Amino acid sequence: MKIEIAFLYNDLMNIYGDRGNVITLTRRCEWRGIEAKVTPLTVGDKLDPDKYDLYFFGGGQDREQYTVADDLKGEKGRLLKQAATEGAVILGICGGYQLLGHYYRPFEGPDLPGIGALDIHTIAGHQRYIGNVVVETAFGTLVAFENHSGKTYLGSQAHPLGKSVIGGGNNGEDSTEGAIQQNVFGCYLHGSLLPKNPHFADHLLKLALQRRYGAVELSPLDNKLEEAAHHSAMQRARETR
Amino acid sequence: MKQTFAIATGKALLILLQRTGRGGTALPGLIAQRLDPHILTGLTARLPSGSAVVTGTNGKTTTTRLFSTILQQAGLKVVNNRSGSNLIRGLTSTLLDQATFSGKLVADVGLFEVDEAAFPQAIAEIGPRLILVNNLFRDQLDRYGEIDTIRKRWVASVQKLGVGTTLVLNADDPSVAYLARFAPTGVRTVFFGLDDPAQTLSELPHAVDATKCVVCGSPLRYSAVYISHMGHYQCTNCDFKRPEPDYLAQNILLQGTSTTQFTLTTPAEPLPLSLGVPGLYNVYNATGAAAAALTLGLAPENVRLGLAEFKAAFGRIERVALAEDKALLLALVKNPVGFNEVLRMLTTSAEPKLKLLIIINDLIADGRDVSWLWDVDFEVLAGKVEQVFTGGLRAADMAVRLKYAGVASSLIRVEEDIATVLKEATEHLLPGETLYVTPTYTAMLQTRQILQKMGMVLPFWEE
Repeated sequence: MKIEIAFLYNDLMNIYGDRGNVITLTRRCEWRGIEAKVTPLTVGDKLDPDKYDLYFFGGGQDREQYTVADDLKGEKGRLLKQAATEGAVILGICGGYQLLGHYYRPFEGPDLPGIGALDIHTIAGHQRYIGNVVVETAFGTLVAFENHSGKTYLGSQAHPLGKSVIGGGNNGEDSTEGAIQQNVFGCYLHGSLLPKNPHFADHLLKLALQRRYGAVELSPLDNKLEEAAHHSAMQRARETR
Repeated sequence: MKQTFAIATGKALLILLQRTGRGGTALPGLIAQRLDPHILTGLTARLPSGSAVVTGTNGKTTTTRLFSTILQQAGLKVVNNRSGSNLIRGLTSTLLDQATFSGKLVADVGLFEVDEAAFPQAIAEIGPRLILVNNLFRDQLDRYGEIDTIRKRWVASVQKLGVGTTLVLNADDPSVAYLARFAPTGVRTVFFGLDDPAQTLSELPHAVDATKCVVCGSPLRYSAVYISHMGHYQCTNCDFKRPEPDYLAQNILLQGTSTTQFTLTTPAEPLPLSLGVPGLYNVYNATGAAAAALTLGLAPENVRLGLAEFKAAFGRIERVALAEDKALLLALVKNPVGFNEVLRMLTTSAEPKLKLLIIINDLIADGRDVSWLWDVDFEVLAGKVEQVFTGGLRAADMAVRLKYAGVASSLIRVEEDIATVLKEATEHLLPGETLYVTPTYTAMLQTRQILQKMGMVLPFWEE
């Protein structure tokens, strides 16, 4: 088996160690004898929606986010949305999450358009949510670190990824964290997210492989270290917030 | 009058606290500041030879100490600060310590290390003669905000610099060199950098913060990369490029974990230098300190002796000898770039297989977000370690990072408790072996305390 992963804007949207998610997906394939190929796709690169099974889209600084939004405005954004509609798995974190939505509204200036693969929008906020977080989801508990001031609101097409148990969540108001729509996942979870939430990493891999190969069972891996990190992150979340 | 009263009160409080064994507090500074909001400006103005400020993300402590050693070689009495969160208060306390009750200062010159976030306020209050800017890296984003924000604040304070100020800038760091564009008329800019083909990296490492032009946003093209985004760059679109350095480190000879030699090209004679600390990043620190000192008119001989005499006693790397010829080598880690440099030093040292102890805490001073561990290229350790212990509040996160970097799980031992893991790791050493210990800031403080309790003599350390 083989999985094709596209690492969107790996050179621009990479400020909070989010590449740990790509490393985790890749390693967990390799350990199972599944070939994982990662292709970086940055500004100016063409996107072939038939090629990739999984897209990763991390967070960046404001300036980079404008460059990326600009790059996604035309054909490329349309193709990425098409991939989403056709069932490709996409994971967007923070800035990547926001750009998967309809728009980001800054304090000043025009809205920053997203690709609309998630029925969400984000508005600049005055309060910054920073700290360890715990989120309850249908795929198990997620532990992570949030760091954002944008407030994200879900429309009717998107479902929350989970319930924010510790942390600000999407907007500090409705206790939701992240969003899901088809196989598109977005959230504010840094940490990196997937290394210490291996169950969620495997869920994404399974979805991506199933689309290409039909029913797939992933062989179990030794998750002792990952689980220890999961528990210590949960403990730190309880102690620090 | 108000100031005289504030100085005398602060001074009295400081002496009282020192007598009761609570030295080093920011409280006298705070009280004096309440009594006179302009006290810091007033105090620094009383320094006969004025002040200099050192800022940047990595290496400012070492650079300040190198600079200070050079100034002392020249016979100057230097007042230094301790870096910390309440910078202005801390600075005021430090100066009060050096002042008489009547407000006369004992020191000749002030040399202050300033956090990148505190830089604008410190510059405004201190009014230094010289400002040395080392570099700008991603460091604890949750505390300092994003790099762009910091750069904008730096630009704003450079625009306000007074006539006669000198800016000593790292030409190899685009964000730092960029500041020269905003220097008002009458502000002198001096550049330093590296030029040594033998030290270039084959590609930009992952933890790179600035690959885009700070002026126009187009990609930068590098003809040489030394550390992270520092090197010889040129914008592919506009006229922004690395300025020609006035002071240039060449013929660099890194000798593992002990010393470094290089030649400093200056506007006058080239200067052969020997440095008592290892690592390429210390060449940057020493070059910056030397450029600043020579710019202030100090004799080359003072620079040479100062750098040669400098020991890593307070620095980022120190060696602790144990019985049976065993040793500990402590190196502080606080961000991806610094950690990458430490890994580079360890993996190019003579040891074929390393024994390593990585201690990661996530308290405020460490950076509460441990995501940065995923920006460090631990992949270089795969196949090079015999045993890795991980300790601290985030020992488990660190272990996972190593596992995904290709270090076999069987070689990783996780133990959060620092005292326990230190004991285990040192017991694991064979005669003649070295344990490399890389703690984050608060983990370093704890580690040192524990080592002292274990009976080891450590030099005084402060970051």
